[in-house]
Amino acid sequence: MKPIGSRIPLLVFNNKGIYCEVAGVYLDPWQPVEKAIITHGHADHSRWGHKQYITHHTNVPIIKHRLGDINVTGKKYNETFVINNVKFSFHPAGHIIGSSQIRVEHKGEVWVFTGDYKIEDDGISVPYESIKCQTFITECTFGLPAFKWIPQAEVFEDINSWWAANKDEGKTSILFGYSLGKAQRLLKYLDTSIGKIYTHGAIENMTEVIRPMVEFPETTLITRDTKKDELLGNIVLAPPSTHGSTWIRKMVPYVTASASGWMAFRGARRRRAIDKGFVLSDHCDWQGLLKAIEATGAEKIISTHGYTDIFSRYLREQGYDARTEKTQYEGELSEIENTKESEVVE
Amino acid sequence: MKHFADLIKKLDSTNKTNAKVAALASYFEKASDTDKVWTIAILSHRRPSRPVNTTLLRTWASELSNIPLWLFEESYHIVGDLAETIALVIPTSEKSTEKSLTTFLNEFIDLKKKSEEDKKEYVFKNWKVLNYYERFVFTKLITGGFRIGISQKLMTRALAKATGVDEDVLAYKLMGNWNPQTISFHDLILEEKASDFLSKPYPFYLAYAIEGEVSDLGEVQDWSVEHKWDGIRSQVIIRDRELFVWSRGEELVTDKYPEFHSFADQIPDGTVLDGEILPFPNGNIGTFNDLQTRIGRKTISKALLTKTPVILKAYDLLEWKGKDIRNTPFKERRELLESLYKDYLLNQAESRSNTLQLSEKMYFDSWQAIAKERSRAREMKSEGLMLKRKNSPYQVGRKKGDWWKWKVDPLTIDAVLTYAMRGHGRRSNLFTDYTFALWDTDKNELVTFAKAYSGLTDAEFRKVDAWIKKNTLERFGPVRSVTPELVFEIAFEGIALSKRHKSGIATRFPRILRWRQDKKIEEANALEDLKAMIPS
Repeated sequence: MKPIGSRIPLLVFNNKGIYCEVAGVYLDPWQPVEKAIITHGHADHSRWGHKQYITHHTNVPIIKHRLGDINVTGKKYNETFVINNVKFSFHPAGHIIGSSQIRVEHKGEVWVFTGDYKIEDDGISVPYESIKCQTFITECTFGLPAFKWIPQAEVFEDINSWWAANKDEGKTSILFGYSLGKAQRLLKYLDTSIGKIYTHGAIENMTEVIRPMVEFPETTLITRDTKKDELLGNIVLAPPSTHGSTWIRKMVPYVTASASGWMAFRGARRRRAIDKGFVLSDHCDWQGLLKAIEATGAEKIISTHGYTDIFSRYLREQGYDARTEKTQYEGELSEIENTKESEVVE
Repeated sequence: MKHFADLIKKLDSTNKTNAKVAALASYFEKASDTDKVWTIAILSHRRPSRPVNTTLLRTWASELSNIPLWLFEESYHIVGDLAETIALVIPTSEKSTEKSLTTFLNEFIDLKKKSEEDKKEYVFKNWKVLNYYERFVFTKLITGGFRIGISQKLMTRALAKATGVDEDVLAYKLMGNWNPQTISFHDLILEEKASDFLSKPYPFYLAYAIEGEVSDLGEVQDWSVEHKWDGIRSQVIIRDRELFVWSRGEELVTDKYPEFHSFADQIPDGTVLDGEILPFPNGNIGTFNDLQTRIGRKTISKALLTKTPVILKAYDLLEWKGKDIRNTPFKERRELLESLYKDYLLNQAESRSNTLQLSEKMYFDSWQAIAKERSRAREMKSEGLMLKRKNSPYQVGRKKGDWWKWKVDPLTIDAVLTYAMRGHGRRSNLFTDYTFALWDTDKNELVTFAKAYSGLTDAEFRKVDAWIKKNTLERFGPVRSVTPELVFEIAFEGIALSKRHKSGIATRFPRILRWRQDKKIEEANALEDLKAMIPS
C-alpha cells in the first residue's frame, strides 16, 4: 500500500546498479555510469569505466591500484556530502580495510546500503558501526543458520598450530585467501616465530598498497629464483585461483588450507580438494546478520546477494517488510570456486 | 567417542590418502578393543539399525536451534548432509564427552526400543553437551550409512598397518556376518574360528574397464573370454548342507532367491561359486529392469516367481571340496567348475531345471574375432565381454592386469535439461543432479526420461550450476525447474519398456556424456528416437 502522494523510492535497482534518481548517482554500479559511490575495493563492487568515483579515502589507493588512473574523490567516515539535496555519508562496514556502508538521506528518509560487512572486529578495518535507518539494504552471503563463526582469535590459533605441525613434518604450508582483504587479515595474525611468510605476487602487490595504513609482518615475494627448499617449514600466502596450478605443484611437499566462510561445509572443502579448511569470513554469519538488522531499527529490509530468498522469507516471518533485489554482487564465491580473481571477488 | 570424533576431524583435515591411512592406523593402535571392533563395523557399513527416524531428528533439531522447520529443511538442502546440518545449526557447546564409542553404540541399540519421548530426551541431552565434531559423529551414527569418504579398502589398509596382519587376509576376515556387539577384536582379526567360517564369502575380484587397444593385452591365446552379464554379482556358498547367497554389496540375500534353495542338496558341500544372478522370464535372459522387480522384495510371491524367475550364471569356482582354490589358475578353476556342473546336471536329470547355468567360456585365435563377438553383446543380452587371463589367480578387490571388462559402447541420445537438484557430499550446495527430457511426437512438449548425476567435470558442473541459478523457473523444495535451453548427450547401457516411468521407457545407468553447447533444444532427440533403440 503506497501512501498518498508517494514518490519513487529514494533508491531503486535498475540494470546498471542501485540508483538514486534525485541525486543522479549510483551505488556500486555494475555498468559504467557518470557518478559512482563505492563501498569497497572488491571487483564486484568497484568496477571499471565510471566517469567519477567517490569512496572512503583509505579505499582510494586500493581501487587506484586495481583500476588504474581513475577520477576518484576520497571522503572520511561520517563526513556528509550533498548531491542535489541528498545527503550521503560513509560509515565503517568492517568487511575489509577501507570498506563502508553508504547512508543516504533525503527529506527525512534514511536508507543504508551495506555493501559487504561483518560485525566482528578484525583488528585491521575500522569496526562495523550500526546506523539507524528506515530501509536497510543488506547482503546475506551467509544468510543460513548453518553458518556460525567462531572468534577469530581461536581460528588464528588453529591456523598457527596447523602451520607449526606442517613444519614439524618438513612440509610447506600453503594458505589460500583472496588477495585483497583475506590475505592481509591472515598475514596480520600469522605467528612469525614459526617461520617466514612468503607471498604470491598478487598478494604482495596489494599488501604493499596497504602497508602504509596497517602494520604487517615482513613478507618475501616468491620469484623465479626462490628455491623450493627455502620454502620448507614456512608458509605461503596465495590467491585461491592458484590452487592446482603448476606454480603450486613446484612446492612439493606441501599441505594446503583455505580460510573462508564456505569451509564450514565439509562438502565444499572436499570438492575443492583442499587438505584443511579454516572457517574465517569477512561477512556476517546468520546471527551477525540478524543482530545487525535489528540494531538499525529498520522496518524495510532489502537483500542483495547470498541466500536472499530464504533470508527474506525468514525476515518476513519475523515481522519485517523484507524483499530481495537482483544484483550482480557475488559475496565470497571465489574463495572456493576456481574462478579467475579478475572476474569474481570474495 | 572423543577419540573417534578426533579421528574423523583428522581425516577431514587432509586430502591425501597416505595421511588418512596413517591417522586411522594410529587410532587403531590406541583405541580399546571394543571401540576398534565398532570402528571396523561402522566403516564397513555394519552400523546398528537406525534408532530414531530422520523426520523426528529434523523436527527436534529445528526445535532445539529455535528455527522454523522449513528453514532447517532449506539449510539441509544446501549443506547436503543431514548430520552435518544438525551439528551446524544446534547451539555450540564447549563441552565434550568421556563416554566411549562402544557405550554410545550400545545405547543406540537399546534406544531403538524406547518411547519417542525417551528418545527425544536422550538425543537432546547429547546434542546439548557434545562439541561440534562429536555432535556430527553422534548424529551421523544415528542417521544412517556412515559415509565420510573413507572406503572399506582404506580402513582395511590402515588396520593391516596397525596389526601387521596381511591386507588381503584381513579383507577376507571382515567379510560376511559378524556382530560387533558380541565378537571380540581377537576373534575378528587375530583368530579364525570354524563357526565364523561357515557362511563367510571370499572378497570379490573386480575388473577394471579396458584402457586403450585390446590387442595391447598381448597374446590372444593367453585369454579366456566370456560375455559380461548384467545382473547381480554374487557368491553362492554350499557348506555343511547349508546355502548362503551373498551379493557383491556383502548382503546376505539367500531368502530373496528361493530358486537357489535346492542347490544345498544338488551341489556338494564345500563349494563356493562366483556368478551373476540374472532374470530369466519365459526361459530367456531378461533385462536388469526385470531384475529390479526382485531386488528389495523381502517376500517373493508365487506370481512374481513365475513371472520373473532368476538363474545363476556361474563363471568361477573359489572353493572346491572345502578347499580355497583361489590361487589355482583360472583355466583349472574353470575346468573344475565344468566338471562340477556336469555332475550337477546328472544329479537332477529328472527335473531338468536350468536354474544353474554356466557362463559360456570362449577361446579365440585373433583379437578381431573377439571384437566381432563383442559386437553381438546386445543380441546376447550382455553388457560386452569379460577378458580373463587363463593363468590368473582369483584376486582380492579391484585389481588391474588379469581381468578386464570390455563393454559395448553405450547408446546415446541428445536430451534437454529440465530440472536440477543440489547434490550431496562433495557436491553439496551445487546443482549437480539433473533431470532430462525428450520431445514428444509433435515436438510440442518435453517428456522426462532420465536422471543423471555424473559425467561432467567439476568445471562444467560449476558452469551449469551458475546457469541454473540464473535460469530457474520454479522451486519445489530442493528441486528447481529451469528454462529448457541446455542440451546434453546422455549415454546409457541398456533400454527397456517400463510401466514405472512416465516416458514408458527405462534406461540403464544413464549418465552425461557431454554438454552439447553446439545444439539448440529443437535439435534434441524425440521419445520416438529412444523407443526405436529398444531391441525387439
